[in-house]
Amino acid sequence: MPTLTPFAAIGAALAEEMRHDPTVLVFGEGVATKRHELVDEFGPARVRNTPLAEGIIAGTAAGAAATGLRPVIDLLFAPFLCYAMDELVNSAGKLRFISGGQFAFPMVTLAMTGGGWGVGAQHNHNNEAWFVHSPGLKVLMPSSAGDFKGLLKSAIRDDNPVLFFIDLALLHQPGEVPEGEHIVRLGMANVLRQGTDVTLVSYGKTVHACLAAAAQLADAGISAEVIDLRSLKPLDGAAIVASVHKTGRLVVVHEAARMAGVGAEIAAQVAEHAFASLRAPIIRLGGPDAPAAASHPLEQAFAPDVPAIFAAALSLCH
Amino acid sequence: MNSESQAIDEIALLEQMLLVRAYEEAIVAGSVAGKIPGSCTSVGQEAAGVGVVSALHGDDLILTNHRSAAHLLARGADPGRLLAEVMGRATGYCKGKSGSLHISVRELGVMLTSTIVGGELSLVTGVALSQKMLGRTGIVTCFFGDGAACEGIFHESLNLASVWELPILYVCENNQWQAFVHRRETMKTEHVADWAAPYGIDHATVDGNDVLAVRNAALEAAEQVRRSGRPFLLESWTYRSRGHFEPDDQAYVDPTEHAAWLARDPIALSRQRLIDSGRLPREEAVALERRVRECIAAALAFAEASPLPAPGEMTTDVYA
Ligand SMILES: Cc1ncc(C[n+]2csc(CCOP(=O)(O)OP(=O)(O)O)c2C)c(N)n1
Repeated sequence: MPTLTPFAAIGAALAEEMRHDPTVLVFGEGVATKRHELVDEFGPARVRNTPLAEGIIAGTAAGAAATGLRPVIDLLFAPFLCYAMDELVNSAGKLRFISGGQFAFPMVTLAMTGGGWGVGAQHNHNNEAWFVHSPGLKVLMPSSAGDFKGLLKSAIRDDNPVLFFIDLALLHQPGEVPEGEHIVRLGMANVLRQGTDVTLVSYGKTVHACLAAAAQLADAGISAEVIDLRSLKPLDGAAIVASVHKTGRLVVVHEAARMAGVGAEIAAQVAEHAFASLRAPIIRLGGPDAPAAASHPLEQAFAPDVPAIFAAALSLCH
Repeated sequence: MNSESQAIDEIALLEQMLLVRAYEEAIVAGSVAGKIPGSCTSVGQEAAGVGVVSALHGDDLILTNHRSAAHLLARGADPGRLLAEVMGRATGYCKGKSGSLHISVRELGVMLTSTIVGGELSLVTGVALSQKMLGRTGIVTCFFGDGAACEGIFHESLNLASVWELPILYVCENNQWQAFVHRRETMKTEHVADWAAPYGIDHATVDGNDVLAVRNAALEAAEQVRRSGRPFLLESWTYRSRGHFEPDDQAYVDPTEHAAWLARDPIALSRQRLIDSGRLPREEAVALERRVRECIAAALAFAEASPLPAPGEMTTDVYA
């Protein structure tokens, strides 16, 4: 299987979808500069640089989506989404409902997040849960190059506004991407490793930490199941509950703050739907209620690491 | 335009303004009686809305906001379905999910109405981009208030529309008030139109209480947008005669200012002009007013008799 970085996988998905559908266009701060091969193939009308103005970029996308185009916008870093909150949440997320179904908003918003660049909290903030909590929006956060491509293609074809979070630390890590038309349906978790003793649920780069922890747990005689959510909304609660019915133990892992994070929703769903199967309390591993630091050791310590996941799983099994 | 067609036009415009006024008065009376939720009325701004909409083509699109009755009714919206929407009925244009504040009527080209101050300004660029990229001929009109012009998104919208050459007719209804704050407290300039030129956008300010002046200015502005494919900003200088949101005792309004504007009521001005020039016999004016009242009475009866939404509607139309 060929390997691509997620950056290249995103580029491939964009190019394929722009070829597939002439209404797809992409714009944002520096998009035409960074992805000049798209400008070469599709022309400057469909690949546009924009002013540094996230509000109008997102609003323009919503207005265009409602009237016949399928925009993909690049808002760079997740904290910058704050400038686009009204357009994403109040317009793209709500105007379908408010209008009684008169409009749809087929649009994708790209935003990078997570530690890895060392530039601090105004570039690094895992705020994906905000959007999970906003009606009308879908939220994705892939962990593998193949899913970056397959999920982005699905997101572009979806008739709803999709937030597509790009874990910065993964962006240039090559991974396998199936050849040909590769589509990954939204809302389906991926069981990356089967296990019987404990379920590790994660998304984004901490999926890889979970896989590494699962390998170590196997050495310690513990069979861990690893689930990559990929899609935070729709959330594949059924896959998680089914796994916990089997293992009886759950560790949820993400870089985002624990407080009211996606892990809290997962823990609640498992408590509601699989309480009788639980043989130990649920553990949530996540970042603290603090902005992310620029300093490398502090930045890295924000996300749960392999030893922490290993220790958490071990504690549940003993 | 010859004087004959102008005469016919102004009577039609007067009828539309009367319809808007009667519609708003029905809502006010209903809200006093506790039967209809309060709303942001367009009383005093009828000429500003009706005049612009009368200048648009059938395939032009409109974005508006919470103070939209004149835009919707002038575009041909059914007052019964509008009142049903305001009253939260299933027969409303948005199935009762909007209420008065963000009524869209896609079949009439009234798109993406938003009550977030400045929301329409953030969306209009995308709607105009679709028109341009998909080769559609209609231009896009965006109604907003002077308060919205103080939002950052106004400036982002004008800048992008100018840089990307988008066919947008921006129409600011400068009604002097931004909820409970006078525009004098929030802007160093009298005119929102002054803010267009730095973005490379042509602009004009018109007496927003003279429906013919508004119509003529809008015809010219729309023609320029059609011809150039570029944005234009038209400011209607007008007044919010009633409060921000019903009920509102307007205790904070300077009575001298209020009285001066009431003396220039757009409906009274147009009616008097038509009568004085002999184009509208007084009895015909009275008949016109009666017709409009009957129309609104029938609309109200329709809305009141309409069913409420089924409980299941709470979670439909969320995802496509
Ligand atoms: C973002 C936002 N802030 C505040 C409000 C509350 N609000 C609704 S209308 C309004 C006044 C808007 O003034 P203007 O834009 O001049 O329009 P007008 O109401 O006078 O027609 C305010 C403050 C809102 N709906 N949205």
